[in-house]
Amino acid sequence: MAEPPILLTTRQMAEFAARGFLRFDGLVPDSINQRFLGEARENEIPVVAAGTPLDAAYAPGSTLRALVELPLVRGAIESLVGPGCRFDHHFLHLAHVPETFEKHGVRQSSQPIHQDSTIDPGPGFDAQLFYFPHEVTREMGGTRLLPGSHLRIVSEAAVSRYQNLRGQQHVVCPAGTLLAAHHGLWHAGGRNRSDRPRYMFKIRLNPTVLQQRLWNTADLGPDDAAQRPIFWLREPQDPDHLHSILCRPEPWYEQDTGRLEILNRIRFWRCLLGDPDFDADYWLSRIENRPGAGSD
Amino acid sequence: MAPLRQKLLILYLANSALDAQVVSWAQYDGTGATDPQPGDADEPPYQSGVDALRDGWRLLQMSPLAPHAAGAEFTTSYLKYEFVFEKLEESNG
Repeated sequence: MAEPPILLTTRQMAEFAARGFLRFDGLVPDSINQRFLGEARENEIPVVAAGTPLDAAYAPGSTLRALVELPLVRGAIESLVGPGCRFDHHFLHLAHVPETFEKHGVRQSSQPIHQDSTIDPGPGFDAQLFYFPHEVTREMGGTRLLPGSHLRIVSEAAVSRYQNLRGQQHVVCPAGTLLAAHHGLWHAGGRNRSDRPRYMFKIRLNPTVLQQRLWNTADLGPDDAAQRPIFWLREPQDPDHLHSILCRPEPWYEQDTGRLEILNRIRFWRCLLGDPDFDADYWLSRIENRPGAGSD
Repeated sequence: MAPLRQKLLILYLANSALDAQVVSWAQYDGTGATDPQPGDADEPPYQSGVDALRDGWRLLQMSPLAPHAAGAEFTTSYLKYEFVFEKLEESNG
């Protein structure tokens, strides 16, 4: 019988709301990594119908069942898309070595950054698991991702022109690393300059329940809801305060739009929390304060 | 004389001023001498649009400032402050 899931904490969930992903380095044990790589090389990854309940998508005892039943993986899944989620699709991404391109006379290029699927205005979201079954070095390209991009409403490859953005990250990681991402996170596959093929396996999951307070909320405290002094301070704000996490800008944000990102994160957090009055650092209170509005 | 070819530099800035900080960038090289690719640099080639001017890039276009559509004032989408530059250089290709 599978071990109970280890749900995300409130701080982890807030980081997900702000940046669009959580990273777990070396989470998956090597026994599963090796089994998965063997199956990937032998083309033995199962074919599964879209919309299948996740609990029925992978056979008991299979490698992928073992992966999604790891307590931290199951906990991340249930915290983000709830129990009883549906399998959308999975895909094995393989970045070939330069020699393969040279042999076929094809230009080896990096994938342009993009958002998966198509325009999706939310606020509900799918989870995408990015699984790295072997060590990834910088030379291997890695998956490139843009923290804090998940709430931008764009149309898939329309953002391809943005070749580079300040703060972009390249997933250089130990074997067994897993990213749990919001479906809107901008990402791309990097060019593999090494002499080893690079594998990454992605699983997309749909919720079947309202995505509200699905994580371990035992650590939610009164300080998380209270307002604190802003702008004029005698000492720096606590970087681990919930409001600090939600209001931290990314290096690629424009000055004005970066503030809109904060508003949108707070609105996202309201949905996750089920509290339409929540605010962080007064951003929404200020623009929602309309005394007398609605009365004659 | 070798034929001239266009090199393009596209900078996305932190606000609508040309001396604002670069937040994103792209390059395309019509001479074929270089092959810029997505994800190939984590630091921009210039710190601001003015820095690019001082290095000889000619500004071709800047994005206009558009009013926010009613009902979508808080929607974030594509980068707003796009500046397109060019250089003409000889090509040996």
